[in-house]
Amino acid sequence: MGAIESGFIGQSVRRKEDARFLLGAGQYTDDVTLPNQTHAYFLRSPHAHAKIRGIDTGKAKKAPGVIAVYTSADLEGVNGLPCGWLITDVDGTPMKEPPHPVLAKGKARYVGDHVALVIAETQNQAKDAAELIDVDYEVLPAVVNVVDALKPGAPQIHDEAPGNKCYTWAIGDKSAVDAAFAKAAHVTKLDIVNNRLVPNAIEPRAAVATYSRADDSYTLYVANQNPHVERLLMTAFVLGLPEHKVRVIAPDVGGGFGSKIYLYAEETAMVWASKRVNRPIKWAAERSESFLSDAHGRDHVTHAELALDKDGKFLALRVHTTANMGAYLSTFASCIPTILYATLLAGQYTTPVVYCEVTAAFTNTAPVDAYRGAGRPEATYVIERIVHQAGAEMGIPQDEIRRRNFIRTFPYQTPVALLYDTGGYDACLDEAMRIADVKGFAARKSDAAKRGKLRGLGYAAYIEACGIAPSNVAGSLGARAGLFEAGEVRVHPTGSVTVFTGSHSHGQGHETTFAQVVATRLGIPIENVDVVHGDTGRVLFGMGTYGSRSLAVGGTAIVKALDKVIAKGKKIAAHLLEAAESDIEFKDGKFTVAGTDRSKAFGEISLAAYVPHNYPLDKLEPGLNETAFYDPTNFTFPAGTHICEVEVDPDTGVVSIVSFSACDDFGNIINPMIVEGQVHGGLCQGIGQAMLEHCIYDSESGQLLTGSLMDYALPRADDVPSFKVETKVTPCTHNPLGAKGCGEAGAIGSPPALMNAVMDALSSVGVTHLDMPASPHRVWQAIQSARA
Amino acid sequence: MSIPLALTVNGKAVKADIDPRLLLADFLRTTLGLTGTHIGCDTAQCGACTIHLDGRAIKSCNVLALQAQGADVVTIEGLAESDGTMHPMQAAFKECHGLQCGFCTTGMVMSAIDLVARHPNADEKTIREELEGNLCRCTGYHNIVKAVQQGAAAMAK
Ligand code: FES
Ligand code: FES
Repeated sequence: MGAIESGFIGQSVRRKEDARFLLGAGQYTDDVTLPNQTHAYFLRSPHAHAKIRGIDTGKAKKAPGVIAVYTSADLEGVNGLPCGWLITDVDGTPMKEPPHPVLAKGKARYVGDHVALVIAETQNQAKDAAELIDVDYEVLPAVVNVVDALKPGAPQIHDEAPGNKCYTWAIGDKSAVDAAFAKAAHVTKLDIVNNRLVPNAIEPRAAVATYSRADDSYTLYVANQNPHVERLLMTAFVLGLPEHKVRVIAPDVGGGFGSKIYLYAEETAMVWASKRVNRPIKWAAERSESFLSDAHGRDHVTHAELALDKDGKFLALRVHTTANMGAYLSTFASCIPTILYATLLAGQYTTPVVYCEVTAAFTNTAPVDAYRGAGRPEATYVIERIVHQAGAEMGIPQDEIRRRNFIRTFPYQTPVALLYDTGGYDACLDEAMRIADVKGFAARKSDAAKRGKLRGLGYAAYIEACGIAPSNVAGSLGARAGLFEAGEVRVHPTGSVTVFTGSHSHGQGHETTFAQVVATRLGIPIENVDVVHGDTGRVLFGMGTYGSRSLAVGGTAIVKALDKVIAKGKKIAAHLLEAAESDIEFKDGKFTVAGTDRSKAFGEISLAAYVPHNYPLDKLEPGLNETAFYDPTNFTFPAGTHICEVEVDPDTGVVSIVSFSACDDFGNIINPMIVEGQVHGGLCQGIGQAMLEHCIYDSESGQLLTGSLMDYALPRADDVPSFKVETKVTPCTHNPLGAKGCGEAGAIGSPPALMNAVMDALSSVGVTHLDMPASPHRVWQAIQSARA
Repeated sequence: MSIPLALTVNGKAVKADIDPRLLLADFLRTTLGLTGTHIGCDTAQCGACTIHLDGRAIKSCNVLALQAQGADVVTIEGLAESDGTMHPMQAAFKECHGLQCGFCTTGMVMSAIDLVARHPNADEKTIREELEGNLCRCTGYHNIVKAVQQGAAAMAK
């Protein structure tokens, strides 16, 4: 700590990236147009489960403008899409990992599965030609619900996964948990569903792939959150190309929320095809394709039990979760309901023993993977719903039952593997209660009752683990990738700086936040710092942006590179100032001989580095360009309390959010404006899950019933209130920025806060069970059946 | 089959022979290279494609280019002054952090300007209702509402 002087830190600097977005000059993938470009269209399976007996592409190939039509038969030597995390079953065997072909081979396994790729001169020609492809399907029975998929006699989706089971995995001391339950004064039981969601970044996925015969190289523009990972997976695992022959550019990306982490079939097939047709190929998903083929989120079915003593102290938590993987394992699917879920089940509480068992299964639905929060919202939802219910059952106020169980000494080793380094849970709860005006709630509730309305207040005290690391520990848990980040600080001769980061911004504002860190550290104007990301041709390496890791991990890599720049600068300054290196201090952009007024400005040092006339060439290389790779020693643990107040109209079932208050601890904050914006967006997404969003497949046909924005309700401006947002700070102890991450918190805390508020409101009419989303129909039904 | 189209886009006369099934959004993006107008859906729900047609905000994905025959079209690229000075609404979005990924933003700004023209003194409730046709997945709308209020005040000056 203390490594970062104030400068631009903590300032709501207006964003450097905004001008191009506001002027319409952003460059998203679909804005890229290359000379001689062709257009791709993917023919997708209309069936949830069908044998493909044959594909006749003869007519399509002869259609106007068509350049090529490819099916799986053409993809000789192309491997399946890989999964990046190996989970080991409780029986010691590896998870079932059936092939995930780039184009469906022998069988289509969900509506939207890719069957053929058509490349034509225009988009319309490609579409028209796709209609001429004759696929001989033998339709098979489908299963879309994860519980049904595990029942005996369920349709068998992959030969490699008997009974559709991918794995059963467990964490925690089962016998200790069973023993604690035997002694409990009270046991609370809860059955809940974490509803399936479609991420719906407003920019649909898109790609432009091109091949150059001149040097046998490929360039892929793709709407993606981690271009180096995309390249690694695509080249090393699927296409067998050398990485240095493939450049992946993720230019401006219009939101990700996890859905653009993964290596998808579309861009993989296009890179492969770009050499065959020897022309650039462009594809942009239509929204309906996004619904069908983007990786979905959540979709858990859970039974949980909490054991308490007579005073409401938690003694043990037992959780059984069934997680839907979809038809194939997406890039990180397997670790979401395990490593990123069950390890969070201690929450903010001292629950001494926790046991969680997770069974993951395949269904005839789109693959399911990380979506904003990824496992942690599901964990928080289980804990905070059951804590609410326990409080209600035992007559302990909701703040009180939480306080009785808060962790207060750090570092804290949970019973589910994580080591929390720091936190201050009471402070966030107190502040959230203050801004939510909990004191005035009773009066507001009785006022609402006079109007025939039901008021409720809901709490969620969440914790999340961000910046998943360190790599070797993750590797021992099955990760097949590193989890570090890379950064490069390139100081130009006259002292301006280009920063290259492996993190990727698709809305997070890294160009500003990272520039604030660099400008502060180097004592130079922020205008003199530009941040480059999203291009494997320019950025040394990177793991990209997911899991709220960018500042804590990517930002730290930049700080490490800055340390090297300053260290080298000191050597140069020592030479120029004819002083000992140990006497040089660097502050406010100046290298000074300690205790004197002899100094050199940062720009003088950089100039000397590039015009090394008076320079210690025998001891020091010229130039001022440093790189760093940073592999964190631990996760970071953002935490906070969210409080939601709702009013329910019992006659219509309509839930109105009266207010939503959040107090979060993200560690040190560089740009409060950007952090608040991240919270707002996360809250809105979580409210969307809790009130509006629900991805539904027809249980018979496996058709996606919520396949458009007319059937799937994204939150609109009038569905959400303005938010009350505050922060408290306990700096992260193991990175020099003291930062924890803020991108997902909103989406983690808000669903249980809202649902607990609804449960609180409905308690007076006897409702004891409700699943998300709390739509008017569901709420009304719950009221009716409680009254019946 | 091509049909001649003539209209004004951002103050300039434009003529082209186009496929009659070409959507106005695609005409702007592909034929004219005005890629600031975005396409976020296929059911006229998201508003990313919002432009001004004869002074009214419309979803350009939902009209044929030919329906703009003779019309006066303004896109996001036509808002700033020639020296790059932003329209007050654009400036307000920046000042209030009313954008994150920027994808919905151009349509959001076009809608906001139209909203303010019709409701110069709109309160928060009106703003939220009026923005129903524009989806944003990043901001939670909180700062967009603030930006519209601030933009409205600046436009009134
Ligand atoms: S693209 Fe026009 S409304 Fe979505
Ligand atoms: S800023 Fe990303 S969708 Fe609105």
